[in-house]
Amino acid sequence: MKSSKISTAMKKMIDTDKLVFEYIRRDEEGNVEGITRAIDGVDLKVEPGQFIAVLGHNGSGKSTLAKHFNALLYPTEGEVHVDGMLTEDDEHLWEIRQEAGMIFQNPDNQIIGQVVEEDVGFGPENMGVPTDEIWERVDESLKAVRMDKFRKASPNHLSGGQKQRVSIAGVIAMHPKCIIMDEPTAMLDPNGRREVIRAARALNQVEGITIILITHYMEEVVDADRVFVMDKGRIVMEGTPREIFAQVDRLKELRLGVPQVTLLAHELRKSGVPLPEAVLTRKELVEALKKCR
Amino acid sequence: MSIIFDHVNYIYDEDTAMAHAALIDVNLKIPDGKFIGLIGHTGSGKSTLIQHMNGLIKPSGGTVYFNNEDINAPTYNKKNLRARVGLVFQYPEHQLFETDCFKDVCFGPKNLGLPQKDVELRAYEALKQVGLEDDFFYQSPFDLSGGQKRRVAIAGVLAMKPEVMILDEPTAGLDPKGREDILNLISDLHKKTGITIILVSHSMEDVADYVERIIVMNKGRVAFDAEPKEVFRHVTELEEMGLAAPQVTYCMKELWEAGFDVDTDATTLEEAKNEILKALGRC
Repeated sequence: MKSSKISTAMKKMIDTDKLVFEYIRRDEEGNVEGITRAIDGVDLKVEPGQFIAVLGHNGSGKSTLAKHFNALLYPTEGEVHVDGMLTEDDEHLWEIRQEAGMIFQNPDNQIIGQVVEEDVGFGPENMGVPTDEIWERVDESLKAVRMDKFRKASPNHLSGGQKQRVSIAGVIAMHPKCIIMDEPTAMLDPNGRREVIRAARALNQVEGITIILITHYMEEVVDADRVFVMDKGRIVMEGTPREIFAQVDRLKELRLGVPQVTLLAHELRKSGVPLPEAVLTRKELVEALKKCR
Repeated sequence: MSIIFDHVNYIYDEDTAMAHAALIDVNLKIPDGKFIGLIGHTGSGKSTLIQHMNGLIKPSGGTVYFNNEDINAPTYNKKNLRARVGLVFQYPEHQLFETDCFKDVCFGPKNLGLPQKDVELRAYEALKQVGLEDDFFYQSPFDLSGGQKRRVAIAGVLAMKPEVMILDEPTAGLDPKGREDILNLISDLHKKTGITIILVSHSMEDVADYVERIIVMNKGRVAFDAEPKEVFRHVTELEEMGLAAPQVTYCMKELWEAGFDVDTDATTLEEAKNEILKALGRC
């Protein structure tokens, strides 16, 4: 065990401590125009194996925060630990990047191989994994996202959802403990969205990989263990999906919403139907309405 | 006055080994002043279809008419067509390039060869129409938020005074409030100016809430072309095409199966709410 690691007992997957991130705005001549505080004192703890969702309007600081989780950005103030490793510690940089993988919005920006299996093998190859093991990892990763049939296909011929799943396989092949997904479904059709979310859930439940999902689609959040809501670089709400989605008006103020079913139940409640707060699924709504008859 | 597709086919890389049909025998009539939703999974032919509407792509077979004229006839004025049929691409803010918002919106009308005064008037009107505050007019478009940038990009097309505006997923990547704002903006434009709107979307809820008619593309063909209620009755077929119905439509179906006397055709929140209240005997 390396000395800079915190003891195993209290090791979080992600642990930010009073994290502040500022960037300097400059004019065309390079003179300083001002400082923007994109992250403002965030304390966020993620336990290993959790499925976490991060919500927040455009510009609330979600992506900037996420980029601290695998050392793409470093804090201006405060600290970030990934699996007990301090991100600013150069010694751990590659270990952090291998343990915490990132998936971005646009699948076309993340695929580099001409053939699916090459693309998935790129990560482990760069890590110096022996060839035989690379192919094993490619196999298992493609199976985990149900893309094994497309092993020899060209990524150009895949749908958006399929490409996104190949990107995820590329991350899994590096055997991460945590995957951070920054709006992975923003550019996908309904089917693609379903496929990607299903893959994320399976990785969490079957492989025990910690998932941090950043999204603008409220429906994707209902199964998360914990939800964080950001505004102006701060975490302003934190709780289970039910606790969060019970606050319809507060979410609207934050430029967010709730799943359509939750909103329907909310509207029915306002019209006097005795429904519980925060109905999250269609099944719950049907069951609750049966009791109202 | 309308857009008509008459037996339109389009084949990518025709006469090569890569040949692949993107549109197959498409017949459509889009009358003036309609608010139309265009849905279909990735690769279903939506983008190819809309690029035919302002002559960016020529059909491999068949004819596209705009106001009764074949837009691909050798003598047809395509420059004029592109002013009249405006196309807002996905992530249109990536196409902003000028030093301030006002200049950026002037670019289109300037290229139409209008006098400077008219150009500026149009730009001013368009920026007002999309609801950009005056303070931002002379700021760099790159200093704006995602939603604002997108408004400026839409203003750039509006300044051409199009009769038809096609928007390819105008809400992609925006937060829920941003999505609602852009959709309300488009809906208001449609109501106030009577402009024809064709909205390409992956959100069934949005389409159900706003449009009068839905065109569903599947494997290069028009699978459905009807009112939202009619289209969303075909849930099974839609799912086979990689699409879905709005969440509330599924709710209504499940409630009906559970013995509630509700109309399963409800596609919007308001309709669903009223149906449930009625079934519970509360109104």
